[in-house]
Amino acid sequence: MPTWIRACATDEIDQEDLIRFDYDGATYAIYHSPEGEFFATAGKCTHEEVHLCDGLVMGHLIEWPKHNGQFDYRTGEAKRAPVCVNLRTYPIKVDGGAVYLEVP
Amino acid sequence: MAKRDYSLMGPDGARAVESGLAAAEWYHSDVPRKVMKDLMQRSDQPAIRDTILLYGCMIAFAGIGIALWPTWWALPFWLAYGVLYGSASDSRWHECGHGTAFRTAWMNNAVYEIASFMIMRNSATWRWSHARHHTDTYIVGRDPEIAIMRPPAFIKLIGSFFGIPEVIDFFPRMIRNALSGPTLDERTFVPQSEWGKVQRVAIIYLAIYAATLGLAVWMQSILPLMVIGLPRMYGAWHHVMTGLLQHGGLADNVIDHRLNSRTVFMNPVSQFIYWNMNYHVEHHMFPVVPYHALPRLYAAIQHDLPAPNPSIAAAFAEMWPALKRQLQNEEYFLKRDLPGTAKPYREDFHRAALGAQAAAPAE
Repeated sequence: MPTWIRACATDEIDQEDLIRFDYDGATYAIYHSPEGEFFATAGKCTHEEVHLCDGLVMGHLIEWPKHNGQFDYRTGEAKRAPVCVNLRTYPIKVDGGAVYLEVP
Repeated sequence: MAKRDYSLMGPDGARAVESGLAAAEWYHSDVPRKVMKDLMQRSDQPAIRDTILLYGCMIAFAGIGIALWPTWWALPFWLAYGVLYGSASDSRWHECGHGTAFRTAWMNNAVYEIASFMIMRNSATWRWSHARHHTDTYIVGRDPEIAIMRPPAFIKLIGSFFGIPEVIDFFPRMIRNALSGPTLDERTFVPQSEWGKVQRVAIIYLAIYAATLGLAVWMQSILPLMVIGLPRMYGAWHHVMTGLLQHGGLADNVIDHRLNSRTVFMNPVSQFIYWNMNYHVEHHMFPVVPYHALPRLYAAIQHDLPAPNPSIAAAFAEMWPALKRQLQNEEYFLKRDLPGTAKPYREDFHRAALGAQAAAPAE
């Protein structure tokens, strides 16, 4: 059953940046967009098992840290080779200065 | 220990997957996130400047070479043109393949396609092979870009200074790609959705070489081939010289780039041709940092790295004896001392993964 989990405080992530969040054996990436919105995706790239948290956020794109593959973190859509499989996204909400992630 | 099997479909690769050595989490020096974000920022300006300089010099050298043809006065200009064509194209292929050289995507792609053609690498295939090289750097059976296998094949290495084995491999491979797409090995890392592109690129390459050859036959002169094709051979020496130093004589099957990569300080001309890839430990540890920021990255993490080799000559003096020793003992590799400020090498993981086969470092 899906559960809302507190991932971090809103001020723990700079705008246009991301952090890694591990929970119950799974790893996630939490993003803070330039507009101040928050998003969440799976924490590892779909091309190779590499954590996205060391990557570069440019606008609404996250660039895979091992190469130049890119995803739109709002939708998970793969935007540039060598990634071609979309990233899974997760619902997120902000409440009382904290970011909550809905985990399956 | 059994001999290494570098085939991407062989037992070493399968064992790396089973043990978790493939696609492992690698060691990274600590860099504050704000510093790293600053280092990762893209800019068009340095790469535009360098690209205008590169292609401007190539046009000038080739133009003078053609004007002075067939006298011996043309020779130095062809040698200079050849190095830019057959060696600088390797670093441009590399940086633009990463998508970090320019901020603007089409500029990266345009220079990547031109450089791939000049260095004789199918641009659609190699984009994927290099991604694997970064995920599984020098993991035997996983990395398709291991330049010096063990035991080292010295005759092939020396031939590479003139592009001989690469050119011999390139044309039959392009014909196979043009007829049926990627080879079986290539299909292990190129997704099926890209196989058609591999085929199209091969057809375009072969058409350009056929047209150049046809022009040479029509002119009864090798001059067209001096401009397109042959400089991949007579100008290859510099990229092989610098490229062998990237990982030569160092460890394989490890997950700490300080153990398997080498940073070398070099003269400004070589550094321009090589586009700062002499900062190779730094590049592998943080591949998203653009070439023009690598000196700053080095400054930020040098306390955690083995000392760079002070020159190309010094690096060869270190590497070459190690390669010769690997002829007798495949397990031998160089393990450089870390400064007192560095965190220890991360050897636990690969030793556990390989069990009793963990490698023996230099004394």
